[in-house]
Amino acid sequence: MVEIEQNILGKNDEYANANRRFFAERGVLVLNLVSSPGSGKTTLLTRTITDLRDDFDVAVIEGDQQTTNDAERIRETGVPALQINTGKGCHLDAHMVGHALEKLDPTPGGILFIENVGNLVCPAAFDLGEAHKVAILSVTEGEDKPLKYPDMFHAADLMLLNKIDLLPYLDFDVEQCIEYARRVNPRIQVLQVSATSGEGMDRWYQWIGMSRQMRLLEHPELLAGAGANA
Amino acid sequence: MHEMSLCEGVLQVLETEAGKQGFSKVKRVILDIGVLSGVEIPAFEFAFEVVMRGTLAENAVLEINELPAQAWCLMCAESVTVNARYDACPKCGSYQLQISSGDEMRIKELEVD
Repeated sequence: MVEIEQNILGKNDEYANANRRFFAERGVLVLNLVSSPGSGKTTLLTRTITDLRDDFDVAVIEGDQQTTNDAERIRETGVPALQINTGKGCHLDAHMVGHALEKLDPTPGGILFIENVGNLVCPAAFDLGEAHKVAILSVTEGEDKPLKYPDMFHAADLMLLNKIDLLPYLDFDVEQCIEYARRVNPRIQVLQVSATSGEGMDRWYQWIGMSRQMRLLEHPELLAGAGANA
Repeated sequence: MHEMSLCEGVLQVLETEAGKQGFSKVKRVILDIGVLSGVEIPAFEFAFEVVMRGTLAENAVLEINELPAQAWCLMCAESVTVNARYDACPKCGSYQLQISSGDEMRIKELEVD
């Protein structure tokens, strides 16, 4: 018998740490966006990019099982986007992201969004080297999703409650949903937004701006560039 | 969740260790899996057999130690056992719990030749 005491995801974690070092050296803020399919993730992302691209250098990695539709939607906003098709896979892993970085080459001081495969289960376990996981939940889904998929809401630092413009037509209990999210993750922050009407988006941009400032504490020279006034 | 990928992760570790420690066959694999790890054990057992076919661990026996989850209850100021992330404290019913273990996914020991 040999004792080895190794993490099953040890290989992924090694790749994730290499990605994290790369992002730290360049002062790139990386956000891993996770949600179920149909939460409005790509719409939220295209609006975010359109509103932020004048202030920051933005790049995107898109994960989907098939098609390059989402990367095309992102490229229409004028920022570089790279599609990763996971084929049969249900999540992005750190190795795939590492490969994407060789081609995408994000600008120092910029922001990289990783739009993960629409899946509230598997992406929770795979560290990609991001600064934060951001879970997007739309109010057209059940308010108990944080309890049904606790691992994801536990792993996320921020929950964006999307499509709040539809609340008048739905029977969705916002307070209950937030309470469920805090049950599985007492530290989670929650912002209510609508990517369609724009409501609440300014607070999401503030959150991004502040996260970027934290990231750039060690790179003050990069703060002075694009986004200095944001 | 993605038990197949996890088994491929196990295989990568086995292959790396075989090179380092100089063994060529794995006869038994002992894992620690926490109840909060998200691993579905029957699915893992099925995937394990499939992934290990034709490798150094073909026909290896899989043993899984299921580890309970511990959490610190801020109200009781003591450690309690929970079964899910959304559980309340079994003593006082509070949700002010800091989970301290239960998400392990670890290869603990191997029996090798």
